[in-house]
Amino acid sequence: MSVQFVVNGRKVEVDPPARMTLADCLRQQVKLTGTHVGCEHGVCGACTVIVDGEAMRSCLMLAAQADGATIMTIEGLSSDAELTPLQLAFKKNHGLQCGFCTPGVLMTLHALLTQEPYASEERIRDVLSGNLCRCTGYIPIIESALEARAAYQDQARSAQA
Amino acid sequence: MRTVNTYIGSPVERVEDYRFLRGEGQYVGDLVREGQWHAAFVRSPVGHGVIRNIDCSAALAWPGVKAVLTAADIEGEIPKIPFRRPNPTIGPYAQPIIASGKVRYFGEPVAVILAESAEIAEDALAAIVLDIEQLPAAIDRQTCMSDKVVLFDHPGSNIATVFHANKGEVDAAFAAADVTVRGQFSTQRQTALPMETRGLLAEWDPKSNHLTVYGAAKLPFFNRKTMADLMGLPETAVDYIEVDVGGGFGARGEFYPEDFLVAFAARKFHKPIRWIEDRREHLTAIGHSREAECDVELAFSKDGTLLGMRGDLFVNVGAYVRPNGMTPVRNAAQFMSGPYRIPAIHLQAHAYVSNKTPAGTYRGPGRYEGSFFIERLMDLGAARLGMDRLALRRRNLVTDAEMPYPLAPVLPSDGRAETNCDSGDYRVCFDKCLEEFGWAQKAEFDGKLIDGRYHGLGIACFIEGGASGPSETARMEIEADGSVAVYAGSSAIGQGLETVLSQIAADALEISIDRIKLYHGSTTYLKEGWGSYGSRATVMGGSAVIDAATKLLEAFKVAAASRLKLDPSELTIVDGVARAKDGRSVPFDEVASMEIKADGRFDNWKPTYSYGTSAVHLAVDPGTGHVDVIDYTIVDDVGRIINPLTLHGQVTGAVVQGFGSAFSEELVYDADGTLLVGSLADYLIPVATDYPHVHCVSMESFPSPINPLGAKGAGEGGIISVGGAVANAVASALRDFGVQPSRMPLNPQRVWELIQDGKKALAST
Repeated sequence: MSVQFVVNGRKVEVDPPARMTLADCLRQQVKLTGTHVGCEHGVCGACTVIVDGEAMRSCLMLAAQADGATIMTIEGLSSDAELTPLQLAFKKNHGLQCGFCTPGVLMTLHALLTQEPYASEERIRDVLSGNLCRCTGYIPIIESALEARAAYQDQARSAQA
Repeated sequence: MRTVNTYIGSPVERVEDYRFLRGEGQYVGDLVREGQWHAAFVRSPVGHGVIRNIDCSAALAWPGVKAVLTAADIEGEIPKIPFRRPNPTIGPYAQPIIASGKVRYFGEPVAVILAESAEIAEDALAAIVLDIEQLPAAIDRQTCMSDKVVLFDHPGSNIATVFHANKGEVDAAFAAADVTVRGQFSTQRQTALPMETRGLLAEWDPKSNHLTVYGAAKLPFFNRKTMADLMGLPETAVDYIEVDVGGGFGARGEFYPEDFLVAFAARKFHKPIRWIEDRREHLTAIGHSREAECDVELAFSKDGTLLGMRGDLFVNVGAYVRPNGMTPVRNAAQFMSGPYRIPAIHLQAHAYVSNKTPAGTYRGPGRYEGSFFIERLMDLGAARLGMDRLALRRRNLVTDAEMPYPLAPVLPSDGRAETNCDSGDYRVCFDKCLEEFGWAQKAEFDGKLIDGRYHGLGIACFIEGGASGPSETARMEIEADGSVAVYAGSSAIGQGLETVLSQIAADALEISIDRIKLYHGSTTYLKEGWGSYGSRATVMGGSAVIDAATKLLEAFKVAAASRLKLDPSELTIVDGVARAKDGRSVPFDEVASMEIKADGRFDNWKPTYSYGTSAVHLAVDPGTGHVDVIDYTIVDDVGRIINPLTLHGQVTGAVVQGFGSAFSEELVYDADGTLLVGSLADYLIPVATDYPHVHCVSMESFPSPINPLGAKGAGEGGIISVGGAVANAVASALRDFGVQPSRMPLNPQRVWELIQDGKKALAST
């Protein structure tokens, strides 16, 4: 089955078996291994990617369902060697330890703050509650998100202007 | 001018983060080898049974299935996994690398399917026909310890070991006591739950008879030796390679049956074999921990001075004794002799086997359990004595004047019975915690019903053993570009090892941290090494790095002196450049071709002891039993802070894991030995909305005297006192109902039931 989608700005055509999840397709066929699989039950959120602007669990979506979609994975968050304000905030606030849940966490927060640059701390916590992290206790992740929020607000303002 | 680095003590941002933040980390599941086969494990569907037959014919006929292995494919006696901490009685309880004859826990490996894809291997699991005659299961302590159902015909008892912790004259202490308090408490079965499940990729090179195993963590060198012994190979024929590791917390990286079986298949079929554990099998297969009960008594004089402690601990270690299966048991017995001064102790810690997943360590092994037990007893003791619980604790905390303070030796021992707390004044953290927490201001809420919720305060103190011996190694080499390659025997499990060891190396060499290249965790770098367990990597690995740096600078000085035709004593080294008084100089890169290298080592059996106090303010909803943590403050002293950023992360993360222990995580079995927890939807670890209020303060007032850094292991302390503090606060909140929690976790159902029981008891009086 031929499936086409745009991932991180690049058009790809893949041939996934009918039952292949988007997570497995991205990892095995597109060779983007930054998307991690932590449970395959849709609970942990490690496999979160952004599909047409929405944070989605790529383990709960079939590759075939992504036909025609525009997808962003962790590899597409910063396009060059520089880190984005969100990534920099994670580095500064020690918002990650083992790094396994981090791609999913960043995708969730990037989707949220892009859509809602003025999201409150409570809102951020609420949305992040769908991503499990065993290392950090979440507190430095929230600090990182709050610090990065200003950059998303700037972006929203300049888009309006 | 001479620049002295101060990376140590600075919040250096992690060098690991760049790749992790860009999705460029490389975990074992990201590795692919051409022609690789995938393994899937057929696991016992029952807790206890006799294997009558394993029919693999349908699976073997499955398109894409290459082979199926069972115990019948292992020549000779089925090998058993050796112990890291042996003792005289546990031999018969070692885990065979595959079940043969009997299965003893739900999830025990009975066969391995090898196929061209992971999907096919997993599909074919259903085609294996297992004929297992189910036997009654031993699940609870009473059944197990009465030997009604025996797991091993030889020696015919479920008691694997009884450890004894002895100190002073305990009978005399109790005879002299004015007040005694006794309690029965329990902590529930849990697992460490790293976010990355386990995984292995094994390759066999038939030309050189060499095995390479990717997916190493925690103990690459011990596991290499184990693998070589089990395979009948020399150690040099096996390498363990560490890639990025998605969390360890004590469970990941021990030698499991799958380690052997995946490698065995690679050798047998001359194919790269890959296995990535799925989450459900992770819950049944990786080490469990924490299932402990106690019946313990404390003796006090009427002024509150602790005189003695005696009693029994009972630890359910699961179906087999794994390499570190005895660690939590002996630790629970030993760590209850601190942080309070108890002159007379007799504890017996019974390790019994059961038809459950074999246990191992989880962050703060035995210490979390022991701390919960003794902290509950301290509160009950304060009530019995009519004393303030803070005053009672402060009176009994060990002080600086008593250092080194001996904990109770534990026997049988693997050579480490005696141990001393190394430095500190436990009252300092205690006082600081009360101040940071604002106990005096918050005390007015304690036990009060406010807006429909009962508020309570709780306190608990702890000690944390770290810097596990015996040794660690490091090697340094000056590279052609003037940078220094540092090879460390320690391994990374997600804790920021590269950053911390780079800081230590840069300070010791007095060069910029950008010039350090750190390599770690793989057996290819060093002849000998140990790894990361028991909060040891910073102290043991860091001390080995310092030793290597000292020797490297000496070697560099000699090389530079020979080039300048001077005596080495005429040179000074500043920022990687050897300078003579006459103005001539030789930088690192100029002597790189002379292969300047140095081996460093640190040998030390003495553990470090971090310590601290935590205080919690919580509110209980009597309608639902839900507990809301309003504030949690922990103050610890870690001797010397290498990186405040990563230390803070370790403590915060450990505290929040502790809330999972205290409130929600539990591995539940039914009476037949079936594990009822199959996904992260039923094993409830904390989520982002649960515990936003954690305040961590780390001190460095009392450096450790037993290592050159003065540092103490600090990755586990945060979790240890959570259970005790929380349970004490729930008791304090619900004092109107006479609630005294004794069993963990304090999930809404249990708290609600405690309230109902309390109400009933009040109504009947």
